[in-house]
Amino acid sequence: MIRGYAGKFLEVDLSAKSFKGVGFSDKVLRDYVGGRGLAAKILWDRLGSRWETVDPLGPENLLLFLTGPLTGFFPGGRICVSGKSPQSNGVVGSTVGGEFGVELKCAGYDGIIVAGEAEKPVYLFIKDSDVEIRSASHIWSLDAKQTVAALTRECRELLRARYPQKGEWKEPSILYIGPAGENKVRTAAVAAKWSHAAGYGGYGAVMGSKRLKAIAVKGTGPLPEVADLEGVKALMQEVCNNAYESELWRRWGTGASGYEVGAKTSSEPVRNWQEEWHDEKSFGVNEFENRVWVKQYWGDFGCPTTCLKLAVVRAGKFKGAITDNPDYELQAYVGTNLGIFTPEDNVYMASVIDDLGLCGIQTGNVLGFAAELFQRGMLTKEDLDGIELNWGDTEAFAKLAKKIAYREGIGNILAEGTYRAALKIGEMKGVDVMPYAVQVKGIGVGAHGIRSEKDYPEIYSYACSVQGGDHTSVACMPLDDFRSELMMAFHDSGVYCYFNVFGLSRTVVFNFYKAVTGIELTKEDWVATKAMKIIQLQRAMLLLGGPDLRWNPEIHDDNPPRFYEPLPSGPYKGKVIEKTRVDEEKHRYYELVGWDERGIPKSETLRKLGLEDVDRALEKLR
Amino acid sequence: MASEEKTSIWIARDLSKCSGCRKCEIACSLFHEKRIWPEASRIRVFMLAPGIEFPHFCVQCEDYPCVQACPVNALSVNKETGAVIVDSSACIGCGKCIEACPGRIPHMHPVENKVLICDLCGGDPQCVKVCQEGLWNVLWVVPRGNYSYKLYARTPEEIARDLAVKIFGEEGERYV
Repeated sequence: MIRGYAGKFLEVDLSAKSFKGVGFSDKVLRDYVGGRGLAAKILWDRLGSRWETVDPLGPENLLLFLTGPLTGFFPGGRICVSGKSPQSNGVVGSTVGGEFGVELKCAGYDGIIVAGEAEKPVYLFIKDSDVEIRSASHIWSLDAKQTVAALTRECRELLRARYPQKGEWKEPSILYIGPAGENKVRTAAVAAKWSHAAGYGGYGAVMGSKRLKAIAVKGTGPLPEVADLEGVKALMQEVCNNAYESELWRRWGTGASGYEVGAKTSSEPVRNWQEEWHDEKSFGVNEFENRVWVKQYWGDFGCPTTCLKLAVVRAGKFKGAITDNPDYELQAYVGTNLGIFTPEDNVYMASVIDDLGLCGIQTGNVLGFAAELFQRGMLTKEDLDGIELNWGDTEAFAKLAKKIAYREGIGNILAEGTYRAALKIGEMKGVDVMPYAVQVKGIGVGAHGIRSEKDYPEIYSYACSVQGGDHTSVACMPLDDFRSELMMAFHDSGVYCYFNVFGLSRTVVFNFYKAVTGIELTKEDWVATKAMKIIQLQRAMLLLGGPDLRWNPEIHDDNPPRFYEPLPSGPYKGKVIEKTRVDEEKHRYYELVGWDERGIPKSETLRKLGLEDVDRALEKLR
Repeated sequence: MASEEKTSIWIARDLSKCSGCRKCEIACSLFHEKRIWPEASRIRVFMLAPGIEFPHFCVQCEDYPCVQACPVNALSVNKETGAVIVDSSACIGCGKCIEACPGRIPHMHPVENKVLICDLCGGDPQCVKVCQEGLWNVLWVVPRGNYSYKLYARTPEEIARDLAVKIFGEEGERYV
């Protein structure tokens, strides 16, 4: 057995109310590692032959919670959530911070595969090898903070009653959904703690479709044996020492960017990306630091950086609102993107998003989209159920977010996410509103614009990514560049926080992998064979699509229309991205990853990688 | 430092600063168990509500009620460090020390039939080292004085409720 793994996965069938332990061969684990890579492999093997017909929100879909060999060892614990995405109809490796992955490994599992759907709301309670499917009727419809409090109390009481000799039980680690996930909102997240979210992919909706409110796990064992404990300890120290020197990341996290990315690189969404520049000093990190951050250093298992901050509004109409940070993405997406430029309003919006169990990026994207349609008179106050959705009106946006989470009125349309909502509204109104949808393949683009070419410099970043608008997985050349999605796939397959890699040589992660697993792996080998396989699998499933829609790479391997408008303001005012340039670079990228001129993985590429069955499945697209 | 001079030490603590990084658990279990094993750590970070993580570990009460309560004399006080030492061959895992502790701090080893109590690593506590290294300053070593250390021995719920009010404000308790 390869070191670093607990050695088995838990498979739960919610329809049959049964569960069992399953394993994967050493070869599969060597090739796909864990997390995102293994998710692509599992989904392809089990659903690939009928991928197009699988409804992501139906019982056939699988919901995966996967650790990787580095989880718990590499500083900064995470867990990877995956399945067929109700946003892209492909596969997204969506990771979230916290102790869940560590607890799971300590309970003896490398991951959980959830199949089927429960008749009534349930949650899973795992204590080492004891697995229970428990009723969740009493916690269904609770918001994030209520869910965490109720489950923490309930599970500790269960543990106390069952093991009275133990002493005080620490809380189990919990992943859960809020009302948005329960209502199968496509922008719903799988959440940890109160505000940590696996947002990209829309797996909160998948969890809701299975009526699975939460998973609580308590693992009392040690993390698995590693190949070289002294090596692991030395590498942990190296990673930590590097992070300790990074004053910016430790002190401000990504929070410094809410002002900076707008003012300096001019690549921040402002009012649904109508601009990417602002110079609002009211949104400087110092304002957050001094006014709302009550805990400035907050992190997850083993983390030396603690880029998270705890924010509480102490006074004013939003008094009592609590969230983390907000981090850059939420400062942007439920801040500047909605015309909101004060920390208290931003914290309140983020707390509303958290409580409802929404993804802040995807929901901020669709809220901005709706507000622009209101600005242009394409959606009226009547269409919006009486809400005047003016830029900067925090309470109006919060009201609409609630409608989305509960699928009420206009919220039922916006709950489909920006792309699907644009199709519906276009049909309803008889006008093309797609020019205002800032998304790629059903996934709202992360808060890093490409037009200034100063932040995310690759103008084909999102267009060619196998995870669409996901800013944590972008296309980039050369393929072994540290920002390339082939490299990101390593972090998300080893399953740890890549923020703790900043400033270090990229070989550290492969050294870490070797010290944990005992397997030698070079960056070159990773990129050329292993990551390449993962990317091809993800690409294949993305292109095969789903029952409601399918992507044509000739049309959809592209930027949102907005990114071809000249930047209207700021230091790069007037700058334009030419589509011909995007097309040229896109084709260069296709060449490197072995796709044909239409963007379909070539037969020879797939066969060389041993993916003959994928090749056969893609025959119909060629 | 303290270990060389062999004076009793105490781990001073500012719980509200805890980042929740749990490096203390990692360091403690690596030192005592040669594994990363949070549930076997003598210092445990509780998170009864997100954002109010804090380390829970022995305070070395002046009157050592746990030692007094042990029916088999498995607990003793190390004169040099002031730490409670568990004789794991003598411990019967009865849990009397847990009941006696005003903070219900000792807990059972997850697989062995013995109780776990902080032994101050013989005078050079590993948890303090990593906490200092990370500049969190939740934990630091001071010479043991003649103070009411017992005041610090409180249950996880008691600590969590207080910290929740301190950190979140008047409504904080409802999240615990």
